[in-house]
Amino acid sequence: MDSIAETRVGAMLEARVMEPLVTADGKLMGRGVRRAPLPKFLLGIAPWVVLLGFGLYGAFLCLYRGLNQTNMDNRFAFGLWIYLDLTVIAFGAGAFFTGFLLYVLKKKELKAVINSAVVIGFVCYSGAVGILMIDVGQPLRAWFTFWHPNVHSMLTEVTFCITCYLTILAIEYVPLILKNRQLRKIPSLLVFEHELHKVMVVLAALGTFLSFFHQGSLGGLYGVMSARPFAFREAIGIWPSTFFLFILSAAAIGPSFILLTTKLAEKLSGKKLVRDEVPALLAKISGNILIVYVLAKAIDTLYWINFTSPGTGAEPMSFYSHKAFGPWVLTAEIVLFGLVPALLLRDGGKHLSLKWRVPAALLACAGVAVNRYVMTIQTQALPTLPFDQFLSYAPSWQETASFLLVLAYGVLVYALSFRYLNIFPEERELNS
Amino acid sequence: MHTAKKPTDGKNHRYGMVIDLDRCTGCGACMVACAVENNVPPGDPAANERTGISWLRVYRMNDGKPLPETRTAFVPVPCQQCGVSTPCLSVCPQNAVDIDQSSGIVGQIPVRCLGCRYCMAACPYHTRSFNWWDPVYPAEMRESLNPDVSTRTRGVVEKCNFCFHRLQQARAKAAAAGGKDEAPGEYVPACVEACPTSAFLFGDLDDPASDVAKAAKGEGTFRLLEKLGTDPKVIYRSAKPWVRQTAEGALPRNGKEEHRG
Repeated sequence: MDSIAETRVGAMLEARVMEPLVTADGKLMGRGVRRAPLPKFLLGIAPWVVLLGFGLYGAFLCLYRGLNQTNMDNRFAFGLWIYLDLTVIAFGAGAFFTGFLLYVLKKKELKAVINSAVVIGFVCYSGAVGILMIDVGQPLRAWFTFWHPNVHSMLTEVTFCITCYLTILAIEYVPLILKNRQLRKIPSLLVFEHELHKVMVVLAALGTFLSFFHQGSLGGLYGVMSARPFAFREAIGIWPSTFFLFILSAAAIGPSFILLTTKLAEKLSGKKLVRDEVPALLAKISGNILIVYVLAKAIDTLYWINFTSPGTGAEPMSFYSHKAFGPWVLTAEIVLFGLVPALLLRDGGKHLSLKWRVPAALLACAGVAVNRYVMTIQTQALPTLPFDQFLSYAPSWQETASFLLVLAYGVLVYALSFRYLNIFPEERELNS
Repeated sequence: MHTAKKPTDGKNHRYGMVIDLDRCTGCGACMVACAVENNVPPGDPAANERTGISWLRVYRMNDGKPLPETRTAFVPVPCQQCGVSTPCLSVCPQNAVDIDQSSGIVGQIPVRCLGCRYCMAACPYHTRSFNWWDPVYPAEMRESLNPDVSTRTRGVVEKCNFCFHRLQQARAKAAAAGGKDEAPGEYVPACVEACPTSAFLFGDLDDPASDVAKAAKGEGTFRLLEKLGTDPKVIYRSAKPWVRQTAEGALPRNGKEEHRG
């Protein structure tokens, strides 16, 4: 067969295979919005699909062969997964906090990003639950916590909240799917979607409460460990101070993360998705709460240095005497990743260029990632017994792959949602 | 842990041990006896000291001086059976950790354990082990497994319970004889029994007449991480000041950093 004939056959095949796909693809998109051609989109998500497959393989090994596939051990009982769970859930806080601001505090401007926030929240929470199921040694016993819960355990609180809130996020995600152009043609689904909207305010309020609680109980997880002096914090009421710090930090960076993902979506799609006042409002909210968080964190640290830690017989600065975790970690967390982005985000273009907004949001998110890293990894690396050693840990490739699975899953769900669902309601108007 | 029903309404005990560090030679007989008694499977070929199962670990510590002046001591660390604010107890989300009120022993219920390992993160003494592998017992070892101790499966946490099954046996024996309570000395954990230098003393810390209660109040005694307020029921003893000071954390650490991964 000569090359011309080959090209013709190829083109015919392409037409036969691709044409129906392209037509179906176009029909699934929202009216009046333009998306990249299907081949370009498929090419764009292909690496993430490969990563998803790689991650599935890593996760399968961990489930099938057991947690010996990881580099965790009896001393490093929590590793990469718990650290990333905490970080990802803090990033997902944008969902509950945006819902709270929109539905409870009536910040109407945020209607432009609420759908995107719900998708991000759903991805983060479902990803975290998924990885937790791999992380526990006996995933089939997960229901035991509901059957005979220890009401004094922070992990019980975490389990109840994460399950309930993920259910709420899933319910909040459903109307987005049902609004798809093709699904709207089915009358019963249209009615169902309409009915769901009626309960959305209640769900948003309930979700806000649950997620607040959940973020807090994740912080409490470490703060209650009275025998781990590095993590232990005094109680304010019935919860340790980390309970409140985790809520504050998550509420502070949630809007920043929504800002970042929106900017990224705008950059990748080459379209304006929200009005200028939306990122400005997100940045301002983020900056204001971050200031409060930095202040609270600084007070908490000072109290810990002067009272809590000495009370347990530990010299506070001895925790920062090991190579990887010098005092710079504390300084970086509070100043570089806390105070600096807080001031930049609050500035809102008054003194500094608006170009600082995205780097500031990045710094703020990195700050929470550092905080969760310190709480999870540094706590366990530090020896408690006087004759024990400082330990280090690096995740195995199976652990890393399982995390990449969540990352790829998140990117794919968001990419598909962006392509086929109306997650930025102002897009059509802004690009017409 | 299944609560061993006491044969009578006798008073509760507070079982504990005193370990004389000056007598410990670090031979590891206690570790071996513990593993055999409690059906701890042989380690997987890929396991190391941080992933293997050890209900009792003997640490080596030294005074930090260069050779040949170095002085060394060995510290056997079983579960410290914390009596107050037991760190592992309150954190377990599904009540898989339990304190037997009649003996003060902190037990683990592996069949209820989810394998979340929160208890391991919370324990400052690092005396809990996770089953990273499926337990595999060689054919010739199966005949010698202890029928009084359940084997555990992959993905659950386990730890020392002062050979609780031996307490149950002692109580059953006392009940069969029509006695009111287990006789002193009738209940002894395997590690105590195996120690060739009698470094371990075991008994009821609440019984002022017992050797262990007397030794616990003797000179040179201390408990690990006492300031944490967990009220451990394992008490250590040494006549050497440097041993006490090092084990109590009064001297700078001399351990090296250990890397893995």
